[in-house]
Order: sequence, then structure tokens, then C-alpha cells
Amino acid sequence: MYDLAKTESAVEQKDTKISARNVQVYYGDSHAIKDVDVDIEDKTVTAFIGPSGCGKSTFLRCLNRMNDTIDICRVKGDILLDGEDIYDPKVDPVQLRAKVGMVFQKPNPFPKSIYDNIAYGPRIHGLAKNKADLDEIVEKSLRRGAIWEEVKDRLDAPGTGLSGGQQQRLCIARAVATEPEVLLMDEPCSALDPIATAQVEELIDELRQNYSVVIVTHSMQQAARVSQKTAFFHLGNLVEYGETGQIFTNPVDPRTESYITGRIG
Amino acid sequence: MTDISQNGSTPRKHGETLLKLTARTKRRNAAERRFQAYGIGAIAIGLLMLVILVFNIVGNGMGAFTQTFVTLDVTLDAKKLDKKGNRDLDDIKKVSTFGYAPLIQKAFEAKVGALGLDSGLKAKDMAGLLSKGAPAQLRDYVLAHPETIGETVTFRFLANSRVDGYMKGRVTRDSIENDKNITAAQLDFTDQLVQAGVIEKTFNPAFIFGSDASDQRPEAAGIGVSMVGSLFMMFVVLALALPIGVAASIYLEEFAPKTWWTDVIEVNISNLAAVPSIVFGILGLAVFINYMHLPMSAPLVGGLVLTLMTLPTIIISTRAALKAVPPSIRDAALGVGASKMQSVFHHVLPLAAPGILTGTIIGLAQALGETAPLLLIGMVGFIASNAPDSVASGLLAPNSAMPAQIYEWAKRADPAFYERAWGGIIILLVFLVTMNTLAVILRRRFERRW
Repeated sequence: MYDLAKTESAVEQKDTKISARNVQVYYGDSHAIKDVDVDIEDKTVTAFIGPSGCGKSTFLRCLNRMNDTIDICRVKGDILLDGEDIYDPKVDPVQLRAKVGMVFQKPNPFPKSIYDNIAYGPRIHGLAKNKADLDEIVEKSLRRGAIWEEVKDRLDAPGTGLSGGQQQRLCIARAVATEPEVLLMDEPCSALDPIATAQVEELIDELRQNYSVVIVTHSMQQAARVSQKTAFFHLGNLVEYGETGQIFTNPVDPRTESYITGRIG
Repeated sequence: MTDISQNGSTPRKHGETLLKLTARTKRRNAAERRFQAYGIGAIAIGLLMLVILVFNIVGNGMGAFTQTFVTLDVTLDAKKLDKKGNRDLDDIKKVSTFGYAPLIQKAFEAKVGALGLDSGLKAKDMAGLLSKGAPAQLRDYVLAHPETIGETVTFRFLANSRVDGYMKGRVTRDSIENDKNITAAQLDFTDQLVQAGVIEKTFNPAFIFGSDASDQRPEAAGIGVSMVGSLFMMFVVLALALPIGVAASIYLEEFAPKTWWTDVIEVNISNLAAVPSIVFGILGLAVFINYMHLPMSAPLVGGLVLTLMTLPTIIISTRAALKAVPPSIRDAALGVGASKMQSVFHHVLPLAAPGILTGTIIGLAQALGETAPLLLIGMVGFIASNAPDSVASGLLAPNSAMPAQIYEWAKRADPAFYERAWGGIIILLVFLVTMNTLAVILRRRFERRW
């Protein structure tokens, strides 16, 4: 269990990284996200929980504008990253996504070598001046992804040849290689076995020191284990948002309580 | 009372043995066996037809690859060929092919004398065994090698198509009764010469590499020049259809918004693939020749028309290949901050490449075998010229294409051309099978699993 008092005092000092106000998302005619206000803090793991179809993944994808790729999806309201509106017409989503990295539900390494998987982001963003620089970035990223020791001897092997858990850590390493400030994770452990899940969770906890991490999860235990803040979504509404300990032990809203005790969802 | 309502079948009762089949199970099993038998029957019929086709084509067409030759020692008489004796090429040129015919007759007489044969034929009839192109072959040689005048040179002349047919069993003494081109005595003489080793049937590379010949000389006709025509058309198709088709597919699949307008385009592309090829032919005639005034019968125009025809095939297969790339790869690329175009060109396209290549090769193979549009733009003429010597003439000089050449031969009256049409089909099929095999190999080789 978390030491609640300690966590709270640590959280209080942190700055707001992402601030969402009055966010509405529409898929065609359906209103998928309704009036969501949330402040996501820096150097904190924030968990989004809720039953399937509640909009938590949709909201996550708003944070790096991955929803732009869906033709029928419209986003209204303000989402500010460090005080800048990410939906401002002057913002290029490509630059935004370099700052706000993403890890997906299913491990999706490129069908290329492990090295190229990591090096791709830095290459297209011009982060490395030469091969030595790039080698260094690759090593650093793989170390941060807690997978360096396992793959350092076979960087030329295809990334798709790794096990599921290794692939997901490779994807996390790939996401951190572009030096993002926020890391979004969309159910990163749903395709993994319990051992790989434990490794990824441990990794998430380490990542908290450098990044603001937002994780969508179906597992309430996972949310309780890895996050400091938790947001509960239900039917497109943000029902409750607060300290993880408080949400799980003393929820304010009856819907939250029903969900975490297993009566809905 | 319940038993009465069951017509013949008894439902399984509790405690009944599993070792005995019920009537119902038997019926179901029988139905399944019948269905399998129908399927095997259908496949067997298909295979049988294929075997018949292959045997027919090979049986009818292999003859075109061999040809009957007559070997003669011709004395290049200086008195006839260079009357002034100064070896001036312009003077030598004044002797027409008619002037060379007596040399061949003399050579025959000399050969018969040396072998001690008595055919009872006149020298002119003996020379009738040869192709009508023989004196021209002799003249071409002399003009190329004027220094050999006065010497005796050994030549291999093509035999007349009747003699060739006799050697291949197509022409018999019965079949020539009404034939003015050959007599039974000439066939007897042929037998004598075969025994003496003067006439022999060998492999004929000129069929594969040579040009078409006139109605009078089927023995000299070859498919080579039209093969070059087909080759140039394929270059045009590849150079235009691949980039245009791939670019169109990428735009439609990855970038275009899904509106009713793109739906209309999509449906139209699918429909274009089913448009009869002759429609593309008349379109090419109207646009490329009548409006743009490109030369008739040119492989460039043929290639343009076939490009129009191949584009839908390439677009459809390319889009299918792009669709087959899992969306997670696109997400992954976008997630690390790649632009849409980077995600397509760095990740999606390489994964789709084997499918695109396969589609392109299949489209090219389809275009290679297409005849109807070529009829309309005039790429089905009598092209007896030499193979084009430059890229420009290859694209713009009148030429034929393999399937058009085959059609042309099949139209002609002489059965010797019929044999050549089958031979041409063998060559065309070799090309098509090769291309399809290549497509399969490429797909196997580069297909990635993820």
C-alpha cells in the first residue's frame, strides 16, 4: 500500500503539465467526451480508469492529437500543455507528438531491427548529429526502457522477434527516445502476461522521475499500484479525479464506488 | 405414438450404442462425401482441360522451333556478279536477286552431279525446293563480303515451306495433289537429298529472334521483332502505370478524406478494371492518335493504351496491399512524431511493397497478352523490318506485338503460318508463366509477418 501522507505531500509540490478545460469530443453525431476538466501534473503517474467505452482512451488520444487521424472525430474545448493550446491552428501535431509520446495497447514495434526501432524517432526529429550520438541515444533509451541488458547483444535482430513484454518495453524505449515530456500509455499491459506486466509497471514507476505519465488501464489493481492520481470516467463524463489512495479508499461519487467495488463496468 | 411421426429416422435415445451410425448421421456423411466428390470432379475437369491445352499447344507449336535447311556449295561466279571485274560495290549492287538465282541452280546441278543422283528434275525445279528468299540471302552475303566473289562458299538455305512441311509430316503426297507450289517429283528429290545429308531439320533461332516475313515465305517468319515491340510497350507501361498507380492508391488509401466523392472515384476504378479492353483501344485511337497525333502502330501508343488498361489492376492491388498493413504500424510511426507522409513512405509502403510488386507483375502479364486494343491502334501490321536499333525508334517506329503477331499469323491462309502461330503462343506463354512465377517468388520472399 502507498503511504498516503507521503504521496500527497510529494504531489502537492508538482506543477500542472497538461490542463484540460471543458473538453468535448464527438464521433460524428455521438458525443463521446462531455465537459472534461482535468489537470495532469508533472512527474506524476495519472491513471484513467472506467468501464469499456467510457471515453478514457478517446480522451488520452486527444492529449497528443492522435484523434486527428480519425476523419469523423471533432474535439472542442481547451487542452493546454505548459500553458499552450495544443489545438491552436499554429501547432503542428508532429511537433506535439515529439513532446507527448505514446505507447499503445498492443506492442507495435516496427518490423525493423531493434536499433532502428529506437533510432527512428531521433532520426526524423534530427536529435542526433552523428552515428555516435545516435548510438548513445539508442543505448540510453533502451536503458530507460529497462530492456538494454536483454537486447544489447542483438541490436540488429528484428524488434518483432522479441517476446510480448520485451516488445512493449521496446515500444516504451522508442517513445522515450524522442525526449518527450509527457508519456501517454493506452492499456500498455493488456496484451502481456503477469510477469511482463510487473516489469512494465516497475518501469512506469521509474519513468515518473522524468516524465509526466498518463496511463489508461482496465485493471483497478494496476491503477492503484502505479498511479498517484486517478481519474474515473463513466459514459463520457469525468466522474471523479483525485489522489489514487483517496479514490480507492474513500470515493466521493457513488458511481466511483460502484465501479471500484465491482457493481458496474 | 411419437414413433409414427418420424419418417425413417430414429433420434438417438438414451443408452443407445455409439458404435452404430444412425440413419441421420449416415445421410449427413453421404452428403458430405458427395460434395467432396463434386469438388474433386470439378478440379479434375479443370486439370484435364489444362493438360489437353498444354499438349495441344506444344504438339502444334514445337514444329515452329525447328526448320528445314538445305546446305549447298555456291560458286560466286565473278562473270555474273561483277561483270566489270573491278569489285566496285555500286556495280555489284546492279545485279538484282534474279541474277543470283542461276548460281543456286548451278549449285544444285553440281551437288546432284557430285552425289550421282538422278532426279529427272530441271535445275529450276530443283531450286524450287528452296525458300523464295534464297537468292536474296545470297545477294546480301555477297554485298556484305564482296571479296568472296569468285570463290565457292557453303550456304545453308531455308527450304521452301512445303518441303519443310513434308519433313514435319504436315505435307504429304496426297495433300499436294492440287498444290501448284510443289510436285511429287520434288518430294522424291527431297527424300534423296535427305539421305545424302544435304537437307536436314535443325533448331531455328530465327523464329525466336527474326522478323515477320511475307505470305510467300512462311519458313522465314519470326517473332523476334514483335517481341521487341512488346518489350518496349512493357517499358512504357511499367514506367507510367507503376508510379501513377501507386501514387493514386497511396493518396486514396492514406490521405483522401472519406467523402461521397472519393467513393465515386473508388467505384469507378473498380469498374474500369472490368471494362473490355477494346474500349481502351478505341479511346487510345481517339485520344493518342487522332487528337494528339502520335504515330500509328508505335509501341509508345500501345504502351499508353495498355497503361490505361493496367492502371486499375495496379491501383486495386496496391490499395489491397496498403490496407493489409496493420494500422498499429501507422499509429506507432505517428506516435513518435512522424508526419503522415513519413509514416507512409518509411513504414507502410515498404511493408506493402511485395503486394504492390505482385499486382504490378500480374498487371504487366495481363497487358503483355492483350491483343484487342492493339488492333485498333494499328499495331497489327506486316512488320518485316529489322529490330529497332535505338530507344527512340523502338518507341516510335511501327512495330507489332507478340499477341498481335500471333493473331496475324493465324489469319493467313498457308498452314505453315498456323504452325508459327502456335509456336508464338508457346513463347508468349513462357513469358507469362515466367512473370507469374516471379510474382509468386517475390511475394513469398518478401512477405513479412508481424
